[in-house]
Order: sequence, then C-alpha cells, then structure tokens
Amino acid sequence: MAKIRKGVTLTLRLIALAATVVAVVIMVTSKETARVLNLTFTAKFTHTPAFKYYVVAEAIAGLYTVLALLLASKSLLSRLTLILDLVVAMLLTSSISAALAIAQVGKQGNSHAGWLPICGQVPHYCDKLVVSLVAGFVAALVYLLLLLYTLRAALSPVFAIKP
Amino acid sequence: MGEEEVVQKRQKAVVLVLRAAALLATAAATIVMALNKETRTFVVATVGTTPVTASITAKFQQTPANVFFVIANAMASNHNLMMIGSDLFGIDYRGFKLPLVAILDMLNAALLSAGVHGAAFMAQLAKNGNSHARWNEICDKFQGYCNRGGIAILASYVGLLVTLGITVVSIVKLLKPKPQPQPLASEIEVP
Repeated sequence: MAKIRKGVTLTLRLIALAATVVAVVIMVTSKETARVLNLTFTAKFTHTPAFKYYVVAEAIAGLYTVLALLLASKSLLSRLTLILDLVVAMLLTSSISAALAIAQVGKQGNSHAGWLPICGQVPHYCDKLVVSLVAGFVAALVYLLLLLYTLRAALSPVFAIKP
Repeated sequence: MGEEEVVQKRQKAVVLVLRAAALLATAAATIVMALNKETRTFVVATVGTTPVTASITAKFQQTPANVFFVIANAMASNHNLMMIGSDLFGIDYRGFKLPLVAILDMLNAALLSAGVHGAAFMAQLAKNGNSHARWNEICDKFQGYCNRGGIAILASYVGLLVTLGITVVSIVKLLKPKPQPQPLASEIEVP
C-alpha cells in the first residue's frame, strides 16, 4: 500500500516538474519582432509584470518539486511537505491566474478601456504563450490533485476504504 | 481529560474567530467590487461653440478578471458562512467532518488565491498601462473606480492570508495521530 502511495505521488510530482519546466522555458524563449507601418514592435515576456511573476513562480515551484523528490524518503518531514505543497499549489494557481488575465486582454483586447489586442501582430508569440499557459495550468491542477491524494491517503482509516 | 477538553475548546474558538475574520474580509471584497461603477463625462470634440460630450462608464463587468474576482470571493464567503454555521449548530458527520473541512478549505484557498491575483494584475495594468502594447492607463481618469477596486483587492488579500491560516490549522488537526483502539490488520507491517 505504501509503495502504491509513493508511486502515485512520485508520478504526480514528475508530471508537475515537467509542466513547470516546459512553462518556464517556453515563455522565456518566446520573443517576436513585428513591423507595422515602419514601426518595430517587439514582444517579450519581460514587457509584462504578470508574465515575469509567472516565470518566477513556476521556477520556484519547479525547484521545490525537485527538492521534494529528493527528500521523499524521509517520513519525518511529511507534515512540512504537505504544508509547503499547499503554499506552492496556491503560488501556482495565483501565477496562472495572473498570466491568463493579461493574456486574455492581449488576445481579445478590452474595448471599454481602449486596449487593442496584440495577437494579430505577433501570432507566433501568442502561440508560444498559449503552450506555456497550458503547461502552467497542468502544473497547478496536478499540484491540487497531489494535495487531495496526500490528504486522502493520510485518512484511509477514516474513509473506511480498505487500502 | 479536562485539560484536553479546554485546549480543544480554545482551538475551536480560535478557528471560529479566524473564520469570522475571513468571512468579513471576503464579503467586504465581494460587495465593494460588485458595486464598483463610475461614470465620467468627457468633452470629445467642439462643434462650433458647443462642446460635444460623451459619458463613459467604468464597471467591474467590463473586465473578466474582476468578474472572476467577485465570483471567487462570493464562493469563499459562502464557504466560510457554511462552516461557521455547521460549527455553531454542531452538525456532526461522524468523523467525516474534519477531512471534508480540510479539503474544502484547501480548495477555497486555491480559488481565492487565483481570484485575487488575477484582479490585482489587471489593476496594475489599469494603473500603469503597458507602453509596449500601446495600452493606456485608465486610472488617471477613473480614480474612484480604481480606488474602490484597490480596497476590494486589499480586503481579499487579508481574507486569503486568514484562509491560508485556517487551512494549515485544519490540516495539522487532521494529521495529528489519533489514538486507535487497535491497529487495522492491513496496517501491521511485518518487518
């Protein structure tokens, strides 16, 4: 039973690690220059604070996942790991929400505020952003699943489920 | 036994007070953002001697991030209200209550975190604009709207911190080793 539990948590953490790495790498390497009416228009992730926060938060989550994978054998730290998992899950949900909010404005604009969408001018940048955001969303989801699984596994006597 | 009961009662009182604080904070954030609306009249052109005015309204519904903010805070305050109600009226689910409360607290913390950060970064965009994308700032024209939005976001952050505290307390209570009368047959590990 303990082996299955360890296997599931290991798999979930590996998926989360892969997702955060993909999110960070793709967003950092996404850059596009467009020319509109003799004006050069560069799109980089550093232009937007929300994307900078996204990259930093995903990097922190990825580093924490590596640490948790390396220290998985020690059972003394299980409670601390659970609480840090909760903090990192909230960090991931907050970063993906912020990045999605700004990316939605970039894709559809906001006519009330007079903000025009930019995805028409830099389509490749927008495509790479979509991939990065999907990866970030998967990472947040996997972390929430990991938390639910850890709580359920710690409670199997209460749930009266024969493991 | 008497001491343990006193400690448990004190823990329950602390959690109840924290929940009331979270309820107040998230309810305040919901209400302030939901009632956030400002109309301004601007002179857009002058035809001869008569100025042509247009009135522009800034509402929270115009930004999807703010709509999500209102919904997330409303759901979080509803959750806190339900939990306070079930604590006060002593509804007991035969031991299933504590895990349910911990899981729901955790999900609400994640929801609240997503809601507040989306709205916070949209507010930052509205306040500073983004010169690279040619997006102008709007807070210089709609100061009341921006101020009220800022207050709502601050209140929600306070609610988020308190909800995090409640979640940690619930999880720690959950993982405390409970005195088992006898170990389950499946838990006995043969060395």
